[in-house]
Amino acid sequence: MSDNNQLTAAQRADLRTVAAMIVPESSEYRVPGADDPVIQADMLATLGRDTALVAQALDHLARLAGKPLAELDEAKRDAVAQEFRATGGAAAATLVRVVLQCYYRDDRVLRSLGFELRAPFPKGHVLEEGDWSLLDPVRARGGTLRRA
Amino acid sequence: MKNDPVDVLIIGAGASGAAVAWSLADTRMHILCLDQGGWMNPAEYPSTGRDWEAKFYGEWSSSPNVRRRPEDYPINDDNSPIKVVNFNAVGGSTVMYTAHWPRLHPSDFKVKTLDGVADDWPIDYDALTPFFEENDRMMGTSGLSGDPKSPLSHPPMPPQPLGLSGPLIGKAMNKLGWHWWPSDTTVATMDYEGRARCINLGHCTPACAQGAKASTDITYWPHAIRAGVELKTHCRVREILTNGEGMATGVVYYDKDGVEQFQPAAVVIIACNGVGTPRLLLNSVSGKFPNGLANSSGLVGKNLMFHPYAQIYGYVKEPTDSNRAPPTCLWSKEWYDTDLSRGFVRGYGVQFVRGAGPVFEAVVSEQKGILPWGKDHHRVFRKLNGHRLGFSAICEDLPEEHNRVTLDPVLKDSHGIPAPKIDYTISENSRKMMDHALARGREVLEAAGATDLCVNSPIPWGGWHLLGTARMGTDPERSVVNEWGRSHDVKNLFIVDGSIFVTSGGVNPTSTIQALALYIADQMKQRLADLFD
Repeated sequence: MSDNNQLTAAQRADLRTVAAMIVPESSEYRVPGADDPVIQADMLATLGRDTALVAQALDHLARLAGKPLAELDEAKRDAVAQEFRATGGAAAATLVRVVLQCYYRDDRVLRSLGFELRAPFPKGHVLEEGDWSLLDPVRARGGTLRRA
Repeated sequence: MKNDPVDVLIIGAGASGAAVAWSLADTRMHILCLDQGGWMNPAEYPSTGRDWEAKFYGEWSSSPNVRRRPEDYPINDDNSPIKVVNFNAVGGSTVMYTAHWPRLHPSDFKVKTLDGVADDWPIDYDALTPFFEENDRMMGTSGLSGDPKSPLSHPPMPPQPLGLSGPLIGKAMNKLGWHWWPSDTTVATMDYEGRARCINLGHCTPACAQGAKASTDITYWPHAIRAGVELKTHCRVREILTNGEGMATGVVYYDKDGVEQFQPAAVVIIACNGVGTPRLLLNSVSGKFPNGLANSSGLVGKNLMFHPYAQIYGYVKEPTDSNRAPPTCLWSKEWYDTDLSRGFVRGYGVQFVRGAGPVFEAVVSEQKGILPWGKDHHRVFRKLNGHRLGFSAICEDLPEEHNRVTLDPVLKDSHGIPAPKIDYTISENSRKMMDHALARGREVLEAAGATDLCVNSPIPWGGWHLLGTARMGTDPERSVVNEWGRSHDVKNLFIVDGSIFVTSGGVNPTSTIQALALYIADQMKQRLADLFD
């Protein structure tokens, strides 16, 4: 677990901005964006071993933007984002992964996707048996095992 | 500190160490096993938590370099396109594997005779048949007997349901006239020997909280311990010592408190698999064995075989099983045997993949460039999520001496023991095989109606199968152990893991590794009176 102080206020602001660029709020699907306060709090609280790479990615983003990301106009912000993703390497990939892994475990998001809000264990899932007659052609074709 | 001597000391409590311990227990010898890891607690397995997918990127990563648990040791695999993955605990990598359970084919033991490449094994498939069967009973396998293109097996449990994904794959393969069959797996499909049946937690690989997936901590080890085998955890072996006669006298290890200990033993068995075993042998240097123990052939660490995976996947309109089922359910042996018209020698098995969970789907699809940032993200994600089908070819890797495990001159583990270094390249033959597999996979997926096809060739973090680095054979100049697992150089030293494979076949190797371990244990029992002659 990390605490919020592991990223600076400027880094947290850029994280919020870039998260919304990755996954914006959608009224059509009735889901928050990844800049939602609850999702942002989850990211910051669980950065853990990813903190250093995420901070590195945000520093890279700040260098490309030259000012807080939110202050750029939309076209410039999109250009910076593309440059960031293309040149950011493992650090950028880690930042994006952190955003997505926190977004896709949010209750509101999972509910909209039709997931039950629970851990897989102990309830598990039910699997259809399927149509075993599909194997009939395979049996009919047969086969041999190669031997010396 | 010196401990009381034991008759048999086993290093490693994973797939092969557990099997050999259990088999030797009926000799009533004093058997001790040391493992660098500990007992896992299923209540802490990822599927017990809401954040189960996030854990795969941290303490439940398959890569020891990412995971960095205290039990792990670092591996320098910078010079390899395929990264080593494993798990270090009682049960070893059977705690963290897909439970896919094919056997090597009879032809895999005669590669030189049949195809003029590599070497034949010094034993044949028939020598292992009773041990495959015994192992299937002990591990508890599920499957459907009668596959016309696989060695005959008799799984004690019925196969996993086809689910939603299986019929989509089966219909596509039937359309193309290609072989497919429900996989043998070590997933219990009914209650079996104290294990509860599979309830489809979804992601078998990073441990099964239900206990339906066989790992040796819940299969072999309880039996072995009841039979008197002693197992000490959190004990990392540094080196094997020898005497003036060139016999192993025991091992030096660090106990759970980090204290250096010496454990004398009459027989030493190594079960650390294809990276851990050569690392230990190369770290066991003495005046008599200046190039590492059991290494008069110079082959310890050489001929590393990974199985390069060629994977292609895509997305269909119909829903697939996603994360609601064990990930692998079907295999194909259509391209398993040599057909030189394909442009390469040997072949590959295929394991079909049912799908992925939402976090994995989002992360990987964004990396592949098929899941956009911005307002279209939601629409595209809903098209991808829960609709994935995959085709993964396990390509036979032929032995090449330049693919090897050595000791890193700088990198060390937490006890200061030199870490392994991997040098590995994918051969031209393997590359052609991978390209062939991708083309066939594309045909299958397109026949299933899939679009947005994506490729991983090789799967970068796909170095599950660690084979060949202490190969078996009858010629001491061309092999490390003999045809029953005993070191040519050190007559009370045995190796029972994947490192003794001569060739790799084109299937997941754990079933064959354990059958070999049981076979070697049986050979030892038959030769107890003259084991060291």
